Amino acid sequence: MAKDFLYDSTSKMSDLISNHPELVMMLPRLDMALGFGDRSIGDVCRRHGVDADFFLLMCNVYTNDNYVPTGQTLDDIDMSRLVDYLRRSHNYYMGKRLPHIEGHLQHIATTMPDKAAKAFMKFFATYKSEVGAHFAYEEQHVFPHIEALQQCKSDDTYQMSSFIDTHSNIEDKLDDLLQIIFKYLPEQATGDDAISVVHDILMLSHDLRKHALIEEKILVPYVTRLERSMA
Amino acid sequence: MNRIKILIVEPAEVVVEGLSTFLGDQPRFAVLSPAYGTERLTERIVGAHPDVIVVNPTLIDNPGTLRDDAPQASVVALVYQYVEPWRLKAYDAVIDIRMNRAAMVDILAGVAQNEQQADGNAESASYELSRRETDVLVLVAKGLTNKEIAEQLSVSVHTVISHRKNIMHKTGIKSVAGLTVYAMLNNLIDDTTLV
Repeated sequence: MAKDFLYDSTSKMSDLISNHPELVMMLPRLDMALGFGDRSIGDVCRRHGVDADFFLLMCNVYTNDNYVPTGQTLDDIDMSRLVDYLRRSHNYYMGKRLPHIEGHLQHIATTMPDKAAKAFMKFFATYKSEVGAHFAYEEQHVFPHIEALQQCKSDDTYQMSSFIDTHSNIEDKLDDLLQIIFKYLPEQATGDDAISVVHDILMLSHDLRKHALIEEKILVPYVTRLERSMA
Repeated sequence: MNRIKILIVEPAEVVVEGLSTFLGDQPRFAVLSPAYGTERLTERIVGAHPDVIVVNPTLIDNPGTLRDDAPQASVVALVYQYVEPWRLKAYDAVIDIRMNRAAMVDILAGVAQNEQQADGNAESASYELSRRETDVLVLVAKGLTNKEIAEQLSVSVHTVISHRKNIMHKTGIKSVAGLTVYAMLNNLIDDTTLV
């Protein structure tokens, strides 16, 4: 298995994070803290009760868009933290990132003509509620289904195939927002707030794309295999 | 430099063939497959992005309609019968079928170059939305479907889709909600027109 990864559990945690700083986003979602000194990845994972293979799998999908784990890899790894990770990501997006971005946008909107400001904020509010609905669907239907499967209960009727059919892309509209801010804001509206919010949106959009990759390359094949093994 | 793309719009096959042969062996020209009439012409123009449209002036009322679809292009009249002189004034240039090859080539290369100089930069003009694209954008932002837009502008649904692709490509905005904000910020619509 180690050959799939650039890093293995004996690599230094600080090397991994230095080379892929975007991975710090993952740490709080796994209850892992900074300040890991010179300990190895395996050591840090053990201290925080995280399966090192699971952590490396997540890191690998997060940092390498072309990586596709094999079915065998997915079968062998302890996935008990996966749903919790995704749920916490949702909370972070909805509870922290989007309200933070909204605050910046409100500031920017005060410098715009009234009608344009209204349309601008409405666009974001609609986006936020769409993302909320997207996450709520996963939390109400998909996650309980997975947890039931993980506890070897297959009494629910949800099937992962309906998730694949209905799973929509939530990054596109964020890109639209970025284009609007980049290119079409009135010049008097492009102060520090606009620069900060562009930065915030880029980070969020990157993280959301990785989030989607984790769902696509880990969650969906893993659950589909679980369903098959229970049938 | 990119080759100058020429679209010939002319009903007589013999004329099209002859002109294509004349222009086709010039390395700086790329002769697009011709249109023999005005049917689906807008789609051809929107899709092919010609730099020069050589058109028989008896086919169209005035070259302005072609410029709506291709603001980057020069429109040149191709004359072999009598055409009222005032009609020809609206064209960027006129070529007569009795001209020799060198004269025709000079005129076509000349208008294409003028167009590029007028833009300051040959590339920049094509990033701005054309008048037709702006019309489509406004209707998209108001929430109309492709079919409704096609009816309102008297073009085919296919043409509306081509325009929408160009709009998306130029603005980088994919969602209708995003285009609505774009239209508001550019004062193309106000919120009284929104449902």
